[in-house]
Amino acid sequence: MQELKNYHEMLMQDIRFEEGLNACMNCGVCTAICPAAEFYNYDPRQIVDIVQTGDNDEIEKLMKSDVIWYCGECMSCKTRCPRGNAPGLVIMALRGLSQDLGFFVESEKGRQQLALKRTVGQWILTHGYCLYLEGVGTAMHPEQGPVWDWIQANWKELFRRLGANYQGDGPGILRKIPEEAMDEIRRIFDVTGGTARFEKIEDASRKKAREMDMAFDDGIDNEYFRHIYKTNNNSHTRQK
Amino acid sequence: MKIDGKKAIWKDYQKEIAEDKFYYVRSCVRQNFFPGSETAFLRIMRDILKKDVFEHPCHTTCTGIGYHSDIVPVETTMTVVARQFALMTESGYENLMPSCITSFGLYTEILDTWHHFPEVEEKIRKQLRKATGREFKSPKNLAHASDVIYKFRKEISAKAKYKLVNKNTGEPLKVVDHIGCHYAKMFPSKGVGGAEYPYVLAGMVEEWGGQVIDYPERRHCCGFGFRQYLVQANRGFSIACSKEKFESMKPFKPDMIITNCPGCPMFLDRWQYVINEMEGKTYGADGEGIPVFTYEEVAGLMLGFDPWDLGLQMHQTDCEPVLEKIGIEYDPAAKYVINGVNTKTNAKAYLTVN
Repeated sequence: MQELKNYHEMLMQDIRFEEGLNACMNCGVCTAICPAAEFYNYDPRQIVDIVQTGDNDEIEKLMKSDVIWYCGECMSCKTRCPRGNAPGLVIMALRGLSQDLGFFVESEKGRQQLALKRTVGQWILTHGYCLYLEGVGTAMHPEQGPVWDWIQANWKELFRRLGANYQGDGPGILRKIPEEAMDEIRRIFDVTGGTARFEKIEDASRKKAREMDMAFDDGIDNEYFRHIYKTNNNSHTRQK
Repeated sequence: MKIDGKKAIWKDYQKEIAEDKFYYVRSCVRQNFFPGSETAFLRIMRDILKKDVFEHPCHTTCTGIGYHSDIVPVETTMTVVARQFALMTESGYENLMPSCITSFGLYTEILDTWHHFPEVEEKIRKQLRKATGREFKSPKNLAHASDVIYKFRKEISAKAKYKLVNKNTGEPLKVVDHIGCHYAKMFPSKGVGGAEYPYVLAGMVEEWGGQVIDYPERRHCCGFGFRQYLVQANRGFSIACSKEKFESMKPFKPDMIITNCPGCPMFLDRWQYVINEMEGKTYGADGEGIPVFTYEEVAGLMLGFDPWDLGLQMHQTDCEPVLEKIGIEYDPAAKYVINGVNTKTNAKAYLTVN
């Protein structure tokens, strides 16, 4: 028999949930100001309402749905809430728990977490930067335009011309972060649950790829990665 | 629109910004997209304002973009940030000055959480000790690098070669100020002017001779949205947000946009190019794009720095219309010259918005 989990209690373990949600009076000001609610079928007021009722089934549905992945975490909601709540922080707690429980792979938007882990997450652990864009061209980022092709073609010389210490020792722009510093960052990830989160994202994604009968490997050029990075079933946005 | 009342309100919102001895932490986004801005910032701080700014070679990302993409757990991010504090403490500095708005917001949030939940800070201290053996003191002063330029805007003005004024008409340039969401939306008291009337960029613009435009979507997010831009399938959200801003500012005929977040200028720059490609639309005067600048670039231009030393050739939407209006001396032919070699002989191919 499956162990019964109280998701509300689990969310309460996340400091952001405690910080972000006092009694919500459902006024809807957060939804009025929310850029994501303008664009997506998204209503932060409704999410906070579901969560504060503590309905276990409904919270599980949320964590398996696209809805919790629409927020852009701009935190405009925090400024406006008359009760000082931050629906954006509640979303962050829901996203964290959805990944810890493996629920994120049940939605199109949730499955994208693997793409984020294998780009931003990878850059953090290998280079010490959230973005390390040498070689990341307009194939993945066509919106970067022709200037980006020129930047990529002249990366090293251009960055040095603009004062960067590119891949150099010592301080400066895009310096090489010393290996001992990188070791510290990786140990922090091990000690604080960062590595465990990454492994959960990988494990659940691998299982999902098998279930979806898609090719899967460790890189960013496989069928499953391309699918999660590019697929949009066009059911997410508000129709004007 | 009556703005006297707003000006009076702005004056009420001030924050403490250190005078000297800054510990500088870099921005992942700014380093990749606007390296000339961080170079110019340090040149202004050290060579012109004669300030002590220290940078530790072992500092890393704060993990902010990973944190707000929800792949990095909160305790991991807090411990990485605690390590940044430890490097600052070991270096003998107390005034933390991040280049990035996401980092600034994150540091502000973490210090606030630790204030309300001291047991969380204690746990993070133990984790940092276990992972690295380091100890730290929290910063005495936390100011974003744009706060510091705001504080010294009059000193910059006194040494400026140019003003934000149209040389032909004598009129102030009309400037859109775009503040990064995480500068003051989460903790309004930590930003100059608060969340409603942030004055950090408006103060620079007014001091340097320009006129700030008040328009309906002035406070709207640029559309980064972390995962909403980083994953290709979601980018419609990002461009829709920027487009909403452009449509809203267009009737006010802006000459330029100034920003303090590292990501916003990239999005406001690149999405103009994409909208032009998709719909043939432009938002500036005479069918041009609206040039978008970082505050470091604008400060550098005022001080007479060469536009190509500032990295303005890395913009997709051309900066030249503003250079021409102000009357800045520059060599158009040097735009793509690196180490004496013209790396792009057919430079016109990049003038996509004109």
